[in-house]
Amino acid sequence: MMTPASRILRTVPRENAFYFFTSIGNYTGESATSLEEFVKKVKEVNVKSLEFHLYRGDFEKWASQTLEDKDLAEKIRNLHSLNLAGDSLRDQLYFTASKRYEKLRSELHE
Amino acid sequence: MKNQAMVLDGLDLKILQALQENAKQTYTEIGSQLSVAHSTVYDRIKRMEEQGIIKKYTTLLDLEKVGMKQITAIMTVFTDPKESDNVAMRLSHFKEVLEVSTSLSEELLIIAKVAAEDQERLHSFIAQSIAPLPGVLRIRTSIITKKYKEQGFLVEK
Repeated sequence: MMTPASRILRTVPRENAFYFFTSIGNYTGESATSLEEFVKKVKEVNVKSLEFHLYRGDFEKWASQTLEDKDLAEKIRNLHSLNLAGDSLRDQLYFTASKRYEKLRSELHE
Repeated sequence: MKNQAMVLDGLDLKILQALQENAKQTYTEIGSQLSVAHSTVYDRIKRMEEQGIIKKYTTLLDLEKVGMKQITAIMTVFTDPKESDNVAMRLSHFKEVLEVSTSLSEELLIIAKVAAEDQERLHSFIAQSIAPLPGVLRIRTSIITKKYKEQGFLVEK
């Protein structure tokens, strides 16, 4: 049986991956099929893509609806009010997602 | 025999041009413009339909006047060359995709004309249906803001 942590950390099918765009219809070619991959891509992807998706609410929607992680969705939503951009946005988003990932990983081994 | 051109004479070309200007004209109207019998016009059109020279008759709509909102975009899809045909075929099956062509520049590209009700629906369609297709490497999309001309290639008399 899957625990809540293992469910959130699972790899989702390709059609449910997060696809990184820099603007309407402009796909970067980067995608993530798990929280682990998402954390890696946040480090690498064009920062314009992070700005585009954060303020549209795409990250929290994917976290909530696809990964089924309401906690991560809430933490990402809280970043909106900080009005971040550029590398400070990347750093904060990476910190938020990687911290959540590490917490879930540790729950797996408890 | 592949792509063998049919032989058309001057009258065929004049009839085609008359149809391209207004496909609702009667055989009699076209015949009187060209000073030939309506039966001649009928025979020529029938032959060109049977030979596939005339592919179909269609209607150009002004969607704004019927209250239908629509945006159109030109989407350039960069693909893995091995998957290019598959991607083009799969794009062709979506109702949102109006035209699909391939182009050879430095990379093999697929160029597609896409329509949607608004920008958000256009984005959702591309994100949920096009980006996940195997072989799609990246996508560039330009939304058309103003159209200055829309016409098929006109035959010359």
